[in-house]
Amino acid sequence: MIEVSNLTKRYGATIAVDNVSFSTNSGEIVGFIGPNGAGKSTTMRIITCYLPADGGTATVDGFDVFEESIEVRKRIGYLPESTALYTDMGVIDYLKFVAQVRGLSGQDLRHRVTEMIDICGLEKMVHKDVGELSKGYRQRVGLAQALIHDPPVLILDEPTSGLDPYQIIEIRNLIKEFGKEKTIIFSTHILSQVAITCDRVLIISNGKLVANGTPDELQQRTQDRQYLEVAFQGDHTEIETKLDQLSFIQDFKQIQSLDQTAAAYEVVSEKGHQTCEELSRMAYENQWPLVSLQPKAVDLEDIFLQLTQSETQLEGVSS
Amino acid sequence: MRNTFVIFKKEAGSYFNSAVAYFNIIAYLAVSAWLFFWLGFFFERKQTEMTYFFSLMPWLFLFFIPAMTMRLWAEEKKMGTVEILMTLPIRSHEVVLGKFLASFLVLVLMIILSFPLPLALNSLGNPDNGQIFTSYLGLILVGAAYIAIGLCASTFTSDQVIAFVVGIIASFAMLVIGFVPWLRDFGLSYHFNSITRGVVDSRDLIYYFSVIGFFLYLSVLSVESKRWR
Ligand SMILES: Nc1ncnc2c1ncn2[C@@H]1O[C@H](COP(=O)(O)OP(=O)(O)OP(=O)(O)O)[C@@H](O)[C@H]1O
Ligand SMILES: [Mg+2]
Repeated sequence: MIEVSNLTKRYGATIAVDNVSFSTNSGEIVGFIGPNGAGKSTTMRIITCYLPADGGTATVDGFDVFEESIEVRKRIGYLPESTALYTDMGVIDYLKFVAQVRGLSGQDLRHRVTEMIDICGLEKMVHKDVGELSKGYRQRVGLAQALIHDPPVLILDEPTSGLDPYQIIEIRNLIKEFGKEKTIIFSTHILSQVAITCDRVLIISNGKLVANGTPDELQQRTQDRQYLEVAFQGDHTEIETKLDQLSFIQDFKQIQSLDQTAAAYEVVSEKGHQTCEELSRMAYENQWPLVSLQPKAVDLEDIFLQLTQSETQLEGVSS
Repeated sequence: MRNTFVIFKKEAGSYFNSAVAYFNIIAYLAVSAWLFFWLGFFFERKQTEMTYFFSLMPWLFLFFIPAMTMRLWAEEKKMGTVEILMTLPIRSHEVVLGKFLASFLVLVLMIILSFPLPLALNSLGNPDNGQIFTSYLGLILVGAAYIAIGLCASTFTSDQVIAFVVGIIASFAMLVIGFVPWLRDFGLSYHFNSITRGVVDSRDLIYYFSVIGFFLYLSVLSVESKRWR
């Protein structure tokens, strides 16, 4: 449905999108994640024909975003990151306006507007101006606007930012529901949401695509590693010095522990190595009572950090 | 065409939803009525003489029109609404034309509502109504040209104040080159004066339509240029 190849976009000296290629099938929900400034919004803006690319191509349903922009725009529903709507318009008037530009009229238009108000839970807000709505409701109007013409492709830039937990779950269910027949690309910083909702995950970092696969495929990438959570009763610096010396430990970072006095760490080590035994031996030899030691399931967050942490913005998060 | 109308309706709606349209119309009526009577009494001109009054109107419009057009694009850019607008399946010329027509509607209302002035003249004496009519036509044409210029200025910036100032300067320049002998054919004032004399020459009409068309075209290019590689 969406084909992106060698997409590049520069802003002066910064390369916002660097040679990105991917494609999506119809009916696929794609989660687009990456640190701040990674290039998610820029990529989406190119696909939605808001910005021109400096290099590479993108097509939607076979139409080139640059050459056949109108055809592409007809097929896309887009919720921009800013969710900037006309604040001086009433909610209904705004949806009618978008529907009219989308080519709807008469009975059809009224029907779709009512349906969107229902789906996006806007009943209580219909008599208000868009400018009077809270951030979350504005977000819902933005979503209604993107869905109103029943597009085959939905591009949602951080659709859940600013929403309360109930609304986040609601939007997640909406995305899952619509994803049955639509192609959806959405960006988010809530990684747990991606793991639940997406058929596929794209991870972008510093403009480059660093991962593209199903959540399962991404977990495979970390199969040569194992993750443990360990907590000792002891001096932080001494423990960290010791952990540094152990060669089979690839990485570790301090984490919060239930027991405030304990020094807790998440430890990444080579797969197959007897890390548990080694750590308990270390605790014994140094007389650091072991408070807890347990394997940790690899989640998207670990993969995300692993793939993006070589980049400068995450310095300091890991050891 | 349909899309143009949709944009026109939306823009006209936001003019009349906010104070902008009412403020413009009322302020214009107040200032023009004041000018009308002040000129009439102060200079002890014949009450039935409106030529001098009309010759001042393009100067008055220099402030009223850019104040009305400055928001057309600058506000969209500032607020970010331009992002959804530009990703809707609508062509830039349809948007530009719709916005132009919405401002044009306010202009026409402004001018229509100033009709009590010539009515007052008619009750006092016997003015040349043909000349008054063509003068009004000239006013509409000058106003429309200013709208096109102001709209174009608004596409260049996200700052309404800059759009306002650039609109005034550009309109002023287009107005006064009509006073420069070898450039006068390109000036708004030259063709305006020719219409207010009471004859509508097709050359004047063609001139105004070209100026409006040129600046609208420039606006479309300016808007579209964001999408060029
Ligand atoms: N209009 C602009 N002018 C200059 N640089 C820009 C502009 N827009 C984006 N950038 C730069 O392009 C890069 C990518 O930005 P982008 O907005 O695509 O990131 P993002 O992945 O959406 O980040 P976030 O998670 O914060 O939304 C950043 O380095 C940003 O500073
Ligand atoms: Mg972004």
